[in-house]
Amino acid sequence: MSDSVTQQIDQVVKNNDVVLFMKGTPDFPQCGFSQRVSAILNAHEIPFAAVNVLLNNEVREGIKAYSDWPTIPQLYVKAEFVGGCDIVTEMHEAGELEELLAPLKKEG
Amino acid sequence: MSPKPQEVADMIRRSIPDADVQVNLYSGDDHFEMQVISASFVGVSRIKQHQMVYAALGDQMKQAIHALALKTSIPKESI
Repeated sequence: MSDSVTQQIDQVVKNNDVVLFMKGTPDFPQCGFSQRVSAILNAHEIPFAAVNVLLNNEVREGIKAYSDWPTIPQLYVKAEFVGGCDIVTEMHEAGELEELLAPLKKEG
Repeated sequence: MSPKPQEVADMIRRSIPDADVQVNLYSGDDHFEMQVISASFVGVSRIKQHQMVYAALGDQMKQAIHALALKTSIPKESI
């Protein structure tokens, strides 16, 4: 993996409060796990940047190395890796995601 | 060639000896769902817990296991 890909990923993660690396797009997700996380974020009415990893294999592999996490989707909030589909779903059901996202909504 | 659910469970137990592991297939022969309960998760973040499980699966996670729905937790007596 090239350093430039890692830098690109790092820029995207740091320049956006909420970023989802996913397969497909929020409107046309191409994987059930990506679809679920995207739907959860929409339910929280939080704007988020979405990166479709299917468009670039270097990004697809690079994001796994970046977070030391083997699967996609991956959610980042305020430049911190939050988790994949299972963790985001658990946090959503436990109300923890609302806590995490609430301060971002107030900032508008 | 995907591992059998039993083989996946054995890989976890080799790496996390006290783990209470349940593995099922939910689609085809390479979509797994797994629940892992271990006292070694106490005080460990959810991300780290999942990373411990992924580490136990090693290269299988990158290759043969297409999808893994994972739930980790700590034993009730440890709470």
